Amino acid sequence: MAIADAHTVRGGLRTLWRMTQIAFLTPWQVIFAVGATLIAAIMQLIIPRLLGHAIDQTQLLAAGADAATSALWDTAWLVLAVSAVRGIFTTFQNYFSEAVNHHTGVELRLRYYEQVQRLSFGFHDSVHSGDLITLGLLDLDGARQFFSTGLVRLVLLTVLIGFGGTMLLRTDWVLGLMALSFVPVVGWFSSVSQLRLRLTWRDLQDRMSVLSRVMEENLAGIRVVRAFSAGAHEMAKFDAASANALGLAHERVDIRVRSTGIMTLSFLAAMGLVLWVGGEKVMAGHMSVGTLTSFLTFMTILQMPVRQLGLLVNSFARTSTCGARVFAFLDLQPAICDRAGAKDLVLADAALRFEAVDFAYPNAPDAKVISGLSFSAIRGETIGIIGPPGSGKSTLAHLIPRFYDVTGGRITVDGQDIRGVTLASLRRAVSVVAQDVFLFTTSLENNIAYAEPLAEDEAIEEVSSDAQIHSHIAGLKSGYRTVVGERGSSLSGGQRQRMAIARSLLPRPSVLIFDDSTAAVDANTEARIRMALVEGAGDRVTLIIAHRLNSLLHADRILFLDKGRVIEQGSHAELLALGGRYRALYDLQTSGADREGL
Amino acid sequence: MTDPSSTQDYQSDRESAVGAPTLRAVVGSHRIEEEMFGKVFDPQIIQRIGFFVKPYRREFIISVVAVLIFTLTQLMIPMIIRYAIDWGVIAGDIGILHAALIVFATVIAVNYGASHVQETVVGKAAENVLFDIRRAMFAHLQEVSLSFMDKTEVGRLMSRLQGDVGSMQEFLETSVLSVGDIVLLFGIITLMLYLDVQLGLITLSVMPVLFIARIFWLPMAREAFIKAHETNSAVNGALAEGIHAVRTVQGMGREALNARLYGDKVMANLGTNLWASKIAQVLVPVVDTMTGFAMALVVVLGGAKLLGHTLDVGVMVAFLFFIQRFFDPIRSLTIQYSVMQRAMASGQRLIEVLDVDVSVKDRPDAVDMGETDGSVEFRDVTFGYDKRQMVLKDLSFRVEPGQTVALVGPTGSGKSSAMSLIHRFYDVTEGQVLVGGHDVRAVTQASLGRQIAMVLQEPFLFTGSVLENIRYNKEGATREQIIAAATVLGADPFIRALPQGYDTMLGERGGSLSTGQRQLLSFARALVADAKILVLDEATASIDSATEQMIQRALAILLKGRTGLVIAHRLATVRNADKIMVLQAGRLVESGSHAQLIAKGGLYAGLYRANYASFDDVEAPA
Repeated sequence: MAIADAHTVRGGLRTLWRMTQIAFLTPWQVIFAVGATLIAAIMQLIIPRLLGHAIDQTQLLAAGADAATSALWDTAWLVLAVSAVRGIFTTFQNYFSEAVNHHTGVELRLRYYEQVQRLSFGFHDSVHSGDLITLGLLDLDGARQFFSTGLVRLVLLTVLIGFGGTMLLRTDWVLGLMALSFVPVVGWFSSVSQLRLRLTWRDLQDRMSVLSRVMEENLAGIRVVRAFSAGAHEMAKFDAASANALGLAHERVDIRVRSTGIMTLSFLAAMGLVLWVGGEKVMAGHMSVGTLTSFLTFMTILQMPVRQLGLLVNSFARTSTCGARVFAFLDLQPAICDRAGAKDLVLADAALRFEAVDFAYPNAPDAKVISGLSFSAIRGETIGIIGPPGSGKSTLAHLIPRFYDVTGGRITVDGQDIRGVTLASLRRAVSVVAQDVFLFTTSLENNIAYAEPLAEDEAIEEVSSDAQIHSHIAGLKSGYRTVVGERGSSLSGGQRQRMAIARSLLPRPSVLIFDDSTAAVDANTEARIRMALVEGAGDRVTLIIAHRLNSLLHADRILFLDKGRVIEQGSHAELLALGGRYRALYDLQTSGADREGL
Repeated sequence: MTDPSSTQDYQSDRESAVGAPTLRAVVGSHRIEEEMFGKVFDPQIIQRIGFFVKPYRREFIISVVAVLIFTLTQLMIPMIIRYAIDWGVIAGDIGILHAALIVFATVIAVNYGASHVQETVVGKAAENVLFDIRRAMFAHLQEVSLSFMDKTEVGRLMSRLQGDVGSMQEFLETSVLSVGDIVLLFGIITLMLYLDVQLGLITLSVMPVLFIARIFWLPMAREAFIKAHETNSAVNGALAEGIHAVRTVQGMGREALNARLYGDKVMANLGTNLWASKIAQVLVPVVDTMTGFAMALVVVLGGAKLLGHTLDVGVMVAFLFFIQRFFDPIRSLTIQYSVMQRAMASGQRLIEVLDVDVSVKDRPDAVDMGETDGSVEFRDVTFGYDKRQMVLKDLSFRVEPGQTVALVGPTGSGKSSAMSLIHRFYDVTEGQVLVGGHDVRAVTQASLGRQIAMVLQEPFLFTGSVLENIRYNKEGATREQIIAAATVLGADPFIRALPQGYDTMLGERGGSLSTGQRQLLSFARALVADAKILVLDEATASIDSATEQMIQRALAILLKGRTGLVIAHRLATVRNADKIMVLQAGRLVESGSHAQLIAKGGLYAGLYRANYASFDDVEAPA
């Protein structure tokens, strides 16, 4: 994919900083979350002390000190109160940090979506749409949780281990060191295993996606599979992909288990050590039973957060890689955008001019697809464009709405260089009916009204009639409210193309380009569409790109393109008379066809 | 950030200006979500899934035993601490303290071993079970009737093979752990009662409160969770659409409006997410307060008992330890409850796939048909995908070995169905289909498949190299044979022009190739398969004249020396056929050569005169 990973430490830190800045877009929630975390952590630390006190007080009580009864009651109340307060603030901590995550997600998602729409065709040609989806779903999701899994957890662990550790060490430094001895071991193993799991995770995802692809292709191509009786072949493919993924899945189990076992063991061993040394200290009268209890209780409280050290490390690693990828995408500048001070296109005669236009695709700047192309057309004219595959016909169509920018020369509409006007006004004036039709999974009327969502019913029916699709739609049970099947599958190729024509007619474009968009429409229907369009044709320039000659016989002028240059031009009759490439193509298409009208 | 209310403004502005037009715009489609939770326990599902667990019975038994040992050691730890304190530390007997420590060391070693065994064994066994289930489903889908595959979306099947199998895995992994949780819960209760009945009963009284709170909370949490999940997939769907449709969006200038509509979805998702987060947290203070309450009880009552010398300090310490672990098994058991419901819903869907009928299978007495002459004959064939609606009616014809027959007729006339019957994709309702004189139902499907090569209308290419795509399942085909086939068909020049020639990896569905090139590759695949009979559904897609000529030439080569049945769309193809058969509404209405049929002046002549580019696009058949 075209989006590079930022691997440097500086890049990583910068990503984390940017994520933090986004979190602070909701400053109060951040403050509440951090404040609640501090309070909850302190309450958490008080509980073992209180319990230790209680044990000591009972010892005194047992020794017959009457005053101790009320002290014990006080402790009991305190335990209850502190637990309740801890609970309430833990709730706040979790809720507000989740809220910050969600707000971060909203911010990133909106920016992401806008960026997808903003980047030009050149970019989208260079990336696989599946990769963009993965980036926008998985990577974005990985980055958005940074606040709760990274920052808040960092605060919590610092307070618990820092304060708690100090407290223990100050009470009894030997025992304190023993009680804390499991912290570095658990921290290390949990971090290492999390990082390892992270590494294998991507790997496993890749292997699983190979498996998914094998299954998906098999199901989508099931007719081919059956036609070639290739069941055994397909099962072998499946088994290979499956075994490959399963092996790594087992490996991941091993990595996980190895570290959790050692973490628990080191914790329990430290506890045994405290019990041993602490027990002997109590027996020697150097320590109270209560203090020993508070040491042991404190260790149980510390166990979970210490295990999460690995998750903390993982969160930083994940955010810096996922976030870096997301930001790298968000930081891209669209190759085509409004110039500073660009004005709306002012339409007068709708005159279109190509002046010595050169073009090469961004990924192959040396291979000119269009070179020195000049022609002009005025309102009411229809220009036919024909030529062998790769002659630059579709490319030419894409230059007019600035899907790509010319690399030399210029294109003007009514005398205005199209690079100097706003994209929105240009694309409102120019409509391309593409060869490959994308229909949305929504009603037919929503599809037709795509560029003009506020169009009236009459307008929609009118363009549908012009595109010769109205009678088909009217015959459907739900008419214009029929929902298009997934990716338009319920319409035939010809019907989809007619839908696209209706959709492009609705905004009444001044320049209308048919990019081989009637190929799947039969000749009679195509002729009817052509007649219907004559009415509005006087107000616009029409460009027709086609393989079939009879799609453009009626054009005022026909340009024959080869290798990005116009090699012949003129009316149908003139070109026939010329006896060149056009004539040869005409003969080829009509050879042996004794059908009239060709 | 986009203001979510702006869409409404956009709409109401217009409403005040012009009557009441509606904003005909949405982003993303509404997809009906599948049921996420099922019954808690369905013996039938358990039994079916149990079938896949059976091979790993030993592993699961070992895991359960390991879990039990692990849980017991966990329960023992506070007890050892108790005895160490009471009998060792407080009684002043260092020997007992040391003995307790030795026991402690042994217990943690056992604990380590048991947890290691249990997690490794169950983790791997669960992975194995789920890979087995997936394989069984996939293998089954290779056999089920094509009419099922036709009406089922690939996405839906994929979500079963991935998502549903995944929630089964979650269930298998956690079910063993939940055995441990139950033991832990009862163990804690037993030990507390054993240590001190009175104190035990009083502190345990908070447990039902926790349970009840959790049970009331669960349905609320689930509803919030489902809503968040649904709005989330709506947002994801809209993003995916935005990415796939980006060229249309830009061409039609819908960027600003789409961003607003997407913003609405994102904000709706934020709302449900925040609500779900809130619900997820409400129980925390309750649990913490109840835990605090239980600890306070132990402090006060334990203190009073200590005074009366009916309790040891160590017991109090042990109680405090147990209370802090009270809620863990309750929480994981209620989580397990949801996991189980989800697994049942998924299990139901998995079984549905495994139970799809296999309508076409080899008869027990099916024979290998061997080599045949390559003739195809239909005898009074009547066929329908649905009993009430027959697609083919009393269809009879015979294609002689080496003959090429073109099938024409309007959409829905039954051409594709008839072709599918030759390969026995479906079984006839009445009548007989014979290939090389054999009834297709009397021979093995594998041997039938070797007699027939098919080229479908949409050339389908797999991810892999050009070479692998042409070879497909003809594993014995050498590189030279493949190159020869491509060369004969005229595909060699363009293949060599690809970056790595025959070893060039094709993208998704051969995306980097043109339509004509994809067709030539699918021709080459059929040529390499080298079967007696070729069934071909001609592509309707538009191609330029030069490519079309090339394909016509290739087609002629492909048909040479074979029996050919072609669903024809192009005039040239129809004219080159030995015989044309015209189908209408499932019946053979005319057949003969082009000249004969034109002379006859029937349906074919009518279609031909009407100058249709393709015979399919006729909307109202004459």
